[in-house]
Amino acid sequence: MPVITYREAVRHALAEELERDTNVVVMGEEVAQFNGAYKVTEGLLARFGPDRIVDTPISEAGFIGMGIGASMLGVRPVMELMFWSFYSVAFDQILNNAANVRYMSGGQINCPIVIRGPANGGTNVGATHSHTPENVLANHPGVKVVVPATAYDAKGLLKSAIRDNDPVFFLENTMLYGEKGEVPTEEYLIPLGKADVKRVGKDLTIVTYGRCVLHSLAAAAVLEKEHNISVEVVDLRSIRPLDIDTVLASVGKTHRVLIVEEQKPFASVGSQLAYMIQREAFDELDGPIHRLATVDAPAIYSPPVEAEQLPNPQRVIKAALAAMA
Amino acid sequence: MSKKPTANTEKKATPAAAVNDFAKAPINARLTKEGKIELHRKMVRIRRFEERSLRAYQAKKIGGFLHLYIGQEAVAVGCCSLMGANDHVITAYRDHGHAIAVGMETKPLMAELYGKSTGCSKGKGGSMHYFDPSRNFWGGHGIVGGQIPLGVGLAYGVKYKGLKGAAMAFMGDGAVNQGAVHEAYNLASLWNLPVVFVIENNGYSMGTSQARSSAGALAQRAAGYDMEWGQCNGHDVYEVRAMMDVFLTRARETNRPSTVEIDTYRYRGHSVADPDNTYRSKQEIEEYRRTKDPIQVFQERLLAEGVLDESLIEKIDNEARTEAELTAEFAEASPFPTPDDIQKDVYWESDHPAERKSEGRLFFD
Amino acid sequence: MANIIEMPKLSDTMTVGTLVKWLKQEGDPVKSGDMLAEVETDKATMELESFFDGTLVKIFAPGGSQVALGAPLCAIGKPGEVITALPNPTAPSVSTPPVTVSAPAPVAPTAVSSLPAVAAPTPGPAGRLKISPLARKLATEKGVNPAHVSGTGPGGRIVRADILAAGTAAKTANPATSTSIGTSTVLAKGPIQDERTVTVSNMRGAIARRLLESKTQLPHFYVEIEIDANPLLTLREQLNAGLEKEGVKLSVNDFVLKASAEALRRVPQVNGSWEGSQIRYFSAAHIAFAVAIEDGLITPVIRDAHLKSIFAISTEAKALGKRAKEKKLGPAEFTGGTFCVSNLGMMGIPRFSAIINPPNAAILAVGTTVQKPVVKNDAIVIGQTMTLTLSCDHRVVDGAVGAQYLGALKQLLEAPALLLV
Repeated sequence: MPVITYREAVRHALAEELERDTNVVVMGEEVAQFNGAYKVTEGLLARFGPDRIVDTPISEAGFIGMGIGASMLGVRPVMELMFWSFYSVAFDQILNNAANVRYMSGGQINCPIVIRGPANGGTNVGATHSHTPENVLANHPGVKVVVPATAYDAKGLLKSAIRDNDPVFFLENTMLYGEKGEVPTEEYLIPLGKADVKRVGKDLTIVTYGRCVLHSLAAAAVLEKEHNISVEVVDLRSIRPLDIDTVLASVGKTHRVLIVEEQKPFASVGSQLAYMIQREAFDELDGPIHRLATVDAPAIYSPPVEAEQLPNPQRVIKAALAAMA
Repeated sequence: MSKKPTANTEKKATPAAAVNDFAKAPINARLTKEGKIELHRKMVRIRRFEERSLRAYQAKKIGGFLHLYIGQEAVAVGCCSLMGANDHVITAYRDHGHAIAVGMETKPLMAELYGKSTGCSKGKGGSMHYFDPSRNFWGGHGIVGGQIPLGVGLAYGVKYKGLKGAAMAFMGDGAVNQGAVHEAYNLASLWNLPVVFVIENNGYSMGTSQARSSAGALAQRAAGYDMEWGQCNGHDVYEVRAMMDVFLTRARETNRPSTVEIDTYRYRGHSVADPDNTYRSKQEIEEYRRTKDPIQVFQERLLAEGVLDESLIEKIDNEARTEAELTAEFAEASPFPTPDDIQKDVYWESDHPAERKSEGRLFFD
Repeated sequence: MANIIEMPKLSDTMTVGTLVKWLKQEGDPVKSGDMLAEVETDKATMELESFFDGTLVKIFAPGGSQVALGAPLCAIGKPGEVITALPNPTAPSVSTPPVTVSAPAPVAPTAVSSLPAVAAPTPGPAGRLKISPLARKLATEKGVNPAHVSGTGPGGRIVRADILAAGTAAKTANPATSTSIGTSTVLAKGPIQDERTVTVSNMRGAIARRLLESKTQLPHFYVEIEIDANPLLTLREQLNAGLEKEGVKLSVNDFVLKASAEALRRVPQVNGSWEGSQIRYFSAAHIAFAVAIEDGLITPVIRDAHLKSIFAISTEAKALGKRAKEKKLGPAEFTGGTFCVSNLGMMGIPRFSAIINPPNAAILAVGTTVQKPVVKNDAIVIGQTMTLTLSCDHRVVDGAVGAQYLGALKQLLEAPALLLV
């Protein structure tokens, strides 16, 4: 099976869907002529032309709103946010218009838009560029939120997202773009809302998603070897819809839970998970649900310290040992 | 009323025809007698509908806000009367007039105000959120200026699909100060998108007059985006049609966007629950009503043209009143949505379970 | 505004508490920390502590009444404050004590209550048992009383591993016995009782589970012997007469307990336990004895009975019995027995056979003393006899051993002075 990068996997998904459906257009800042700020869309302009691959001005409220309006007419725009951090300037468009229009129209209007881009810290770009808004987004009924961790998942999920008739927000990670993984050449789709057990274990369930999946897997190897703790790593992949059943099944097996997320702790995705786990698996818990999140402050710039603000394998190990106490 | 700048002085401005010549504008000259009566009838129907809705509001039948369009009817009716099959409309929260102007039935509109399941949005949208995509009417949006990028998107969609059409993106005079509007202007002009931005200038953004909220002229700002712009009176439906026809045609033919400012006036408060005496006088309202009421103006015009006579006027008015009354009866008799309906129409997928591709939970408790 | 004191949750499974009696009366001044009343939960009687200063202005629940969790008990406010209405009309209502029910049907006070898993330890409102949800579920499944398990989790939380360990240990411990008790009857017309179902309490569940397991899985056999009780009764009379001024009254059972321990010294094979691949023989005789309590029974243990005098055994047995009926026994007081005695003699039962209480290897069932004609010195005289029945686990105790044990017991009880040396 070919080994490609996460970046290439996203690009392949875009290319395949552009090929499949002429309603699909890719828009965003620097996606065309510049070949993508992170080279995700590299080569797409040459292949699909300027009508399908569209450079936008730095004008998120404008072009995201425009994409939403176009999607109401059946266009399937895939809008790139250079950083998901910029969602805040398009908040009204994303979370009033895209999220609500179907409901407020009594189901008459669909909004089959995909908004994608990286949402992560760890690259020393400071507080304005390091937001992870999946919890904020997922708080809005009507939207779907996907955070893939691997090249394989990124491709299969993005293809499903583009075909989805609801607005899908697809959160990538600049730190993962260069990560390689096996991706088959033949076409495949991964349904949204389906978690993936990335590592099987019996003592502790780590529920995580995005880049923290990699941290958790690294930590799990150490925990197994040095502490004789068998960790099961559940990668949510989708935040909404949410595959809580896979989480609960794992909790029923291990009885201990650690949630690892690159989120500020207050009202995070992990908060929601913790609520659901205690609500639906209370009698399976042999200890309180633990959570490892980003240290609760705006993203610090200082490069070595930022690595400590975010979850990392060492912090995961420490948190896992606490959860096993 | 606040002072507005003189129109059409800029290079790109389109001169409106001289007063009283609007009937001779080609788009109006082509109107049949029936077409003219229909314009009048629509304005009357809008007004009677809204007057009835105000009564219902005061009888506590309607929740939330009720932003009435009374006084502005000629704008929506004039603009929407020009719509072709591939033309689209999107507007803000003062949307009853546009909904009726594009041809929506009034019973579901009133039922929507009552929050009933027979409402045009099944009681889920309310006064500010009317939609009818089958009539190319895309709402009904609550956030000032937020709908304007969507209007650009409608134009983008028309163009992308290779259709010949245009979008009209309506906003109030307050919206021109919202960033999203300016981003939309830029994109539309940059990408040659067939959209006409329609500023319905009723002089007040809520309770703040134009002089107190906006620097400079409104439509003129379009010039900064290399867009053509125009300005006209909104109390004369002939004049509205005359100017809009020029810009809509240009948009359809050349994909060039433009901004038009239509001066108009609302008789009621921003919402009917808002005070109306803090920022303007009763005399101001009375003066407009006496001299520029769009229904009165057009009625007199059609009387002069011999299209209308007193008995027909009375008949149209009676029918509109009866219609409005029937909408209230319909709304009153209609059922409310049930609590089970709350989570319907949220996701396409949850409303089409057989076709659902995703897994996992879409709703939470 | 007065503070309303509600029926506190004093155990995990408590749904109803009995207000045994008020220690303060309406009008009494109350300080924070004062004891207001005695509250009986399913197994223990505890004192209700005031968290407020003030005056006990109103008592809502009279002594003897059963009160649902969270229902108001009393109000503490300013002197003379008038409490006109309960602040929470939705709170569970107070049920009047059974004695006020005029219907002839005997209303068992336990009919509406469920027994908690918690026995003797008295976790107050601040001393709630710390246990993980999973451990709690497992404890219920395995019949382990979590109150008797020490937690190894953070802050002493009981976790899954603790319950699993306790479940294994419980097989070698001794929390319940195998006898049953009769109840007094009420002669009255009308139905025997209200037809109803009662949720099986944790205690009843444990009794059912353990004794079913014992009766169906242990190879019981029974040996029986009749002894002449005259010497025992005579000695008891003499001793009691001598001890009367000291307020001591020895029971027949005290002698039986002492004799059981002494007999174990003589036939120590009975003092053992089947452990699958091995049989454990105990060096000490910890004699458990069955005490009937509300909704079940419990077996307090006299430790090292083989080292204790009858006097000491009597004193200890009385204290344990009293505490058992008050549901105040601590776990150390009712676990770890090596041999068990069940005595229904005081209820007039001439003889019966008991179910072995695992992991014991035998249980002694003691009948009442019976006057009957006996042959003595070749003459028929009126004798006092007593029948002792030993139930034996054949895996540990063979017939001959059982017989030897009863023989030793007979010898001791028929020459009871031996028990005094």
